[in-house]
Amino acid sequence: MKSREAIFANIRKSLRVSSDDRLRHETVTARIQKHPRGIIPARGQKPDRERLELFRQMVESAKASIAILETKDDVPTAVAAYLRSKNLPQSIRHGDDARLSLIPWAKERALEVTKGASDGAQLASVSYSFGAVAESGTLVMVSGADNPTTLNFLPDHHLVVVDERDIAGDYESVWDRIRLSFGANKMPRAVNWITGPSRSGDIEQTHLLGAHGPRSLHVLVVRNS
Amino acid sequence: MTQPVNSPQFKENARKALDDAYLQKALARSEKGFIERRKAAVEKLPEYDALRDNARDLKDHILAHLDLYLEAYERNVIATGGHVHWAATAEEANEIIFGICQRLNAKAVAKGKSMISEETGLNSYLEARGIRPIETDLGEYIIQLRGETPSHLIAPALHVTKEQIEADFRRAHTELPPERNLDEPTSLLAEARAMLRDKFLNVEVGITGANFLIAETGSSVIVTNEGNGDLTQTLAKAHIVISSIEKVVPTREDAVTFLRLLARTASGTDLSVYTTFSTGARRDGDPDGPLEYHVVLLDNGRSNMLGGKFQEMLRCIRCGACMNHCPVFHAVGGHAYGWVYPGPMGAVLTPSLVGVEQGGQLPNASTFCGRCEEVCPVRIPLPKLMRNWREREFERHLQPAFARYGLGIWAAFAKRPALYRRATSLAMKFLRLFGGKGRLRALPLASGWTRHRDFPSPQGETFQSLWKKRSGPR
Repeated sequence: MKSREAIFANIRKSLRVSSDDRLRHETVTARIQKHPRGIIPARGQKPDRERLELFRQMVESAKASIAILETKDDVPTAVAAYLRSKNLPQSIRHGDDARLSLIPWAKERALEVTKGASDGAQLASVSYSFGAVAESGTLVMVSGADNPTTLNFLPDHHLVVVDERDIAGDYESVWDRIRLSFGANKMPRAVNWITGPSRSGDIEQTHLLGAHGPRSLHVLVVRNS
Repeated sequence: MTQPVNSPQFKENARKALDDAYLQKALARSEKGFIERRKAAVEKLPEYDALRDNARDLKDHILAHLDLYLEAYERNVIATGGHVHWAATAEEANEIIFGICQRLNAKAVAKGKSMISEETGLNSYLEARGIRPIETDLGEYIIQLRGETPSHLIAPALHVTKEQIEADFRRAHTELPPERNLDEPTSLLAEARAMLRDKFLNVEVGITGANFLIAETGSSVIVTNEGNGDLTQTLAKAHIVISSIEKVVPTREDAVTFLRLLARTASGTDLSVYTTFSTGARRDGDPDGPLEYHVVLLDNGRSNMLGGKFQEMLRCIRCGACMNHCPVFHAVGGHAYGWVYPGPMGAVLTPSLVGVEQGGQLPNASTFCGRCEEVCPVRIPLPKLMRNWREREFERHLQPAFARYGLGIWAAFAKRPALYRRATSLAMKFLRLFGGKGRLRALPLASGWTRHRDFPSPQGETFQSLWKKRSGPR
């Protein structure tokens, strides 16, 4: 604790402030409580149809692939088709998310579906995204049993379902939804923004896909959920 | 200060760097890519400059209220079951981390990329006490195999060529068949991925840095393209975040302001692949995630910079754009700077953190061209801050006698305009006599300059005489 006190004392000495300045406390409390938005780029501020189109473009420019489906019932066929196109076994793993459990996986008879977190042995996982951001083609995942964080990182192929109505123009709108779901200043243990598949530029600044996380990312947008 | 400082040898380091053919090849390749990618990303965002103004003002607001935002941050980390440890010095930060590792009987720790851990010399500290640190960022992994330190903030292995990496991998991964083909960068990447996967799954402790700390929620934020930081912190029993006190931001919205700038400026992408907000340890019902969450907050001289001539340096978000655009960095690379932080930001920060006696050489390694300030996402006036250091170095008589006499002679002329004008036009005629219309390959007393580049022979007249002709007599 000695260092803690020393650091705070030194900060206040350098700033020439005291710890009981009411105005400073009020300023800080107000900013945290009101969490004002900064500048939001016009790019993402589009009506529904155009926002989906922007999201599609941004996802693809981040080197992920995307399929736009009419209903949730189309998900199994789209997943099976993806696995075939990558020469992968017909096998996926997903978490406890009720929205995933309601998907009629049995439509694809060859598709093996297991549930739970990843231990690194799975080649493909399916997650349901909390939200998404059109501005940069970003998926917003939240941790928990519904969509375990390891499914985002350990399998070679990550497939993510997102409802069209959850695709926001900007990050700020998703923060507001997180506040509604988890509480004013609360967060799930992990919030993962994911923009494209894992990559590295560390070998002579050439961008190569498939560093430590998934080698490919496939996004499935459900229009009517 | 645990990481040894080699900055007083800057001149010698620079000379060696200029003669290093491998390094020169690596530097030449990197320069264009960084500059062009940033430019393209910035042009696609019309709000970029307005965001920079916002970010600068926001950082100034944070620094003016740093004590209170840190208190709020600490409260919220504790409220989510996390632990906050305060370290006034590098040594203390290392001790705290070692203590946690010891309690958990850790034999090895996985590490995400962290410049603060470079600053404290954490790896050698742990190694000396029997704990093996494993760097997991590809660039950091490469330089760890080579026994080197990072030469760039976001591209630690910038100075290494593909052929060197292949040789390092063959030397280190002796369990793999020696006849394997590693010609392509993709095979090198695949090999590193396979080697590290097993490590991620078997370490007790994962250590990451933090790009930001959010006071509102007690969250730490990391930004990576590889996903290594996420595997590091998700799979270990304990996640330790090592960060410095100026990384705190008020809210999630404020973090977004910086995130919109960071990747664009650093690597020319709208956003890095993975931006992760971590808040506390595994919760009830969570099937994965660390069982313990610790944050080690390092001061190490930063609180002394507040309220003074160098406070603006604390706005830095470590994007690396200043070095990507620096002609001196392009010529000598990052290691020549002799400590953790290279380029223009390092030239200002190093003397602040290790003292002007040891870091005072670095602010002299600038042409004051101003590109660093032009591209800085939080508008740090880097040339001004370097000038502040030069003045301080001069005041404290820390320069070599040769430089002081040189400045004295120049000042004697500069204070006498008539004499100055006569002397410069004479010098110009003299130089032209030898150089003609071309370039001078050698100059008496200036071999330091001409050894690595030609000196342009002066053309026409002096600026002052041209100006006089243009505007007529006053």
